Amino acid sequence: MSRMWIICSRELRATLGSVVAYVLLAVFLLLSGYFFYSDLTFILLISSFTPASGLWQWVFLDLRMVTMLIVPLITMRLFAEERKLGTLELLWTYPVRDFEIVGGKFIAAVVFFLFMLLPTAIPCALLYYYQPYPLGPLFAAYLGLILLGIGFIACGLLVSSLTENQVVSAMVTYGILVFFWFVTWNEEAANQAMLRVLLGLSLFDRYYDFTRGVIDTSDVTFFILFIAFFLFLTWQSLASRKWRGVP
Amino acid sequence: MISLSNVSKRFGRFTAIEDISFEVSAGEIVGLLGPNGAGKSTTMRIIAGVFPPTTGRALVAGHDIVAEPLAARAAVGYFPERVSAYQEMTVRSYLRYVGRMKGLGRAAASAQADEAMDACALAPVATRLIGSLSKGFRQRVGIAQALTAEPRVLILDEPTAGLDPEQVAEMRDLIRDLRHNRTVVLSTHILPEVEATCDRVIILHRGRIRAVDTPTQLSRRVQRSGRILVELNAPVEAAAQGLAAVPGVIGVEVQARSVDGAASLTVLTESERDLREALAAAVADRGWGLRELRSVAVSLEEVFLALVHDDTEESPS
Repeated sequence: MSRMWIICSRELRATLGSVVAYVLLAVFLLLSGYFFYSDLTFILLISSFTPASGLWQWVFLDLRMVTMLIVPLITMRLFAEERKLGTLELLWTYPVRDFEIVGGKFIAAVVFFLFMLLPTAIPCALLYYYQPYPLGPLFAAYLGLILLGIGFIACGLLVSSLTENQVVSAMVTYGILVFFWFVTWNEEAANQAMLRVLLGLSLFDRYYDFTRGVIDTSDVTFFILFIAFFLFLTWQSLASRKWRGVP
Repeated sequence: MISLSNVSKRFGRFTAIEDISFEVSAGEIVGLLGPNGAGKSTTMRIIAGVFPPTTGRALVAGHDIVAEPLAARAAVGYFPERVSAYQEMTVRSYLRYVGRMKGLGRAAASAQADEAMDACALAPVATRLIGSLSKGFRQRVGIAQALTAEPRVLILDEPTAGLDPEQVAEMRDLIRDLRHNRTVVLSTHILPEVEATCDRVIILHRGRIRAVDTPTQLSRRVQRSGRILVELNAPVEAAAQGLAAVPGVIGVEVQARSVDGAASLTVLTESERDLREALAAAVADRGWGLRELRSVAVSLEEVFLALVHDDTEESPS
């Protein structure tokens, strides 16, 4: 297990040592700050000031989009770069198990994502300072955003393990995430039973509950299963060298 | 130290290696030789633990690579064909990371990194980023990486590929220095390298073993006649006739005619007899000027071609 942390710390150092990480961080914070500001002015404009009811829903639905934009760019290099360099082959000759490799990289990406989210709490704290509000719904929304982001990471990790091209890695991840987003939009075409299944699978519909301040255990379970499923597939993708060979 | 028995590896319908069996004892340097696609890399990857064999059994330092993969991998240092390291790390921090990955503690990993840098003459670039190093240095970082944590077995997949002649010589010296109580398996295209470094050669072709022997024994196996190169100052036709008349000579091949009239001939002789003195006497008798006379050993290259291209015939004995 200790090797998982060694991989994780190397990964974090590599991430924080590159310019890309800071560009992503800057874009994420600029966009999230802008959305917070515009959502707040919008709420003040159309309603009397009751942030708890409406504001978080607006803000976190916007953050969802920014997260979707940024996370594939965090995950794209995780395995693709190692495949391209050939360092993945070396990792396989060290006394380390495949799940430790997957785990180390996954945790590193999650830590970076949480680090990125941290500054978004600043405007929330400022607002609380001037105009206290109930904290429960905010925490629920954050929990949802964190689960959603980690789900994106698990999905991006899988795609990254399948290619050695980082651009392909990011684009395919976008494709999958957008598919999960739009899968329930075509309500007219699907029959009711089908729609219920799709709604059950849709990350974004489940996320919606969190932004309204509702923590539903079935939603939490869904996200955990979603993450575990993609991590399992990533693990299998590494194991596929046994019958596919090493390019 | 390494033992492969009836190892085969298939990728889908493609058979990379078939029924490979060999043993390498401790302290031995063994060369894997073969054309591209012969199965050298696949064999080495199996020993290094990249993937398990489809069938057959492979033991490294007494550990079955399927049943105890981590113990087997811990005994091996691997230098891949595509030498690679994280570009954004310095040489020192990379080697420390490798030591930690191989199970060393922080202090031990640091000491091992210094030792490996010394062995591979990397000290001057210890704090440089790997991405900024020249090919020769990167190759050495790959070797240092394999040496870290003192593995008993070293697997080197084409350690001299892509280096300039000077670097090749350095790398060859380095490999010879490494052998102290280590078992080394290396693959290469370059035959003199095998002759210079290896105790034993395994020739692979189309995924199967074609021959296992020492480099000199292999030369002897395909040597069907002795050859002596003679260069002398004489009319070529007369020289060829004169030398062919010496008892024991099978034939004479004219190699070249130099500008000043000297003739260069290859004399084929019966394999057991050394005819150098008889030839020299024959030249002296006729009053020709003798410029050079030496016996030519069959090169490993010829051995290799003979073994590999004799595919349909029975293997040479």
